[in-house]
Amino acid sequence: MGQIVYWEDVREADELPVLAKNASTQQLVQWAGSSLDFYQIHYDKEFALANGLPGLIIHGALKNAWLAQLVTDWIGVEGTLRKLKVQYRGMDVPDDALLCKGTVTKKYVENDQHLVDCEIWLENSKGEKTTPGSATVLLPTRGA
Amino acid sequence: MVDSSMPQAEIITPAMKDLLGVESAPVTFDVEKGHVRRFAEAVGDLNPLYIDEGEASKTRYGSIIAAPTFFRSMLVEPPDIDIAKETGMENKLDGGSEWEFFESVRPGDRISATARFSDFTAREGRMGTMLYVSVDNTYRNQLGATVATQRMTRIIY
Repeated sequence: MGQIVYWEDVREADELPVLAKNASTQQLVQWAGSSLDFYQIHYDKEFALANGLPGLIIHGALKNAWLAQLVTDWIGVEGTLRKLKVQYRGMDVPDDALLCKGTVTKKYVENDQHLVDCEIWLENSKGEKTTPGSATVLLPTRGA
Repeated sequence: MVDSSMPQAEIITPAMKDLLGVESAPVTFDVEKGHVRRFAEAVGDLNPLYIDEGEASKTRYGSIIAAPTFFRSMLVEPPDIDIAKETGMENKLDGGSEWEFFESVRPGDRISATARFSDFTAREGRMGTMLYVSVDNTYRNQLGATVATQRMTRIIY
């Protein structure tokens, strides 16, 4: 199942493979149903407008899940996601071409574990980083 | 919206302070294969680990596992308090999440989730006074092992 990313082969400033997302309103309903977040600003446009929003907005937690996928797609089944942090600084809307991106910021060994820190973020079609974050992953080594 | 000159001490009421660190009663959730799949499909993350028993069984996990943030479907609230009533601020936003993952979760697991308030901080923002509420969730499996923690930040304004 997929490639193996070894700790030795990762370098600081490496870029993670970009993950493209574009949520339809249907996907927001699908997410509401599976995450059990039924706040109406995500599927009831009149409700969202009455709340002073520009229209429907994407659930922060869905963007969180996408940023997790960005990292797990990269590290494959042999890597382990240890930490994940995301901040919702800007709102994102359905039918916008969004990109999840990341770069390696640090690689190190701690308690015999081979770890890599990444800066991750989601940007909208205007190139604005609406959702910055960070991740720490545990990677296999060639020697192991 | 409250008067922005209101001192912080009055926004964060004694009743709120009393609840800091107080853990909620646990809520239990049985992890179901169909839900694990539907969650992955809603994310658009068709990783075979989450949806393909045959492929997943060949991996080091030996079976399907849940996507990392599957815990979002396990709703748990910190001990009961009406923050809107306490603070006079009725609007809220999800500010973000900070996760730690310790063990994988798979169908058949029984997860017990608890929540507690871990911080209240009032800040002056563009929209006046904003209250940042941190809630720490802990997820344990049927063996009592902590499988994940999530710190959620809610912004009240």
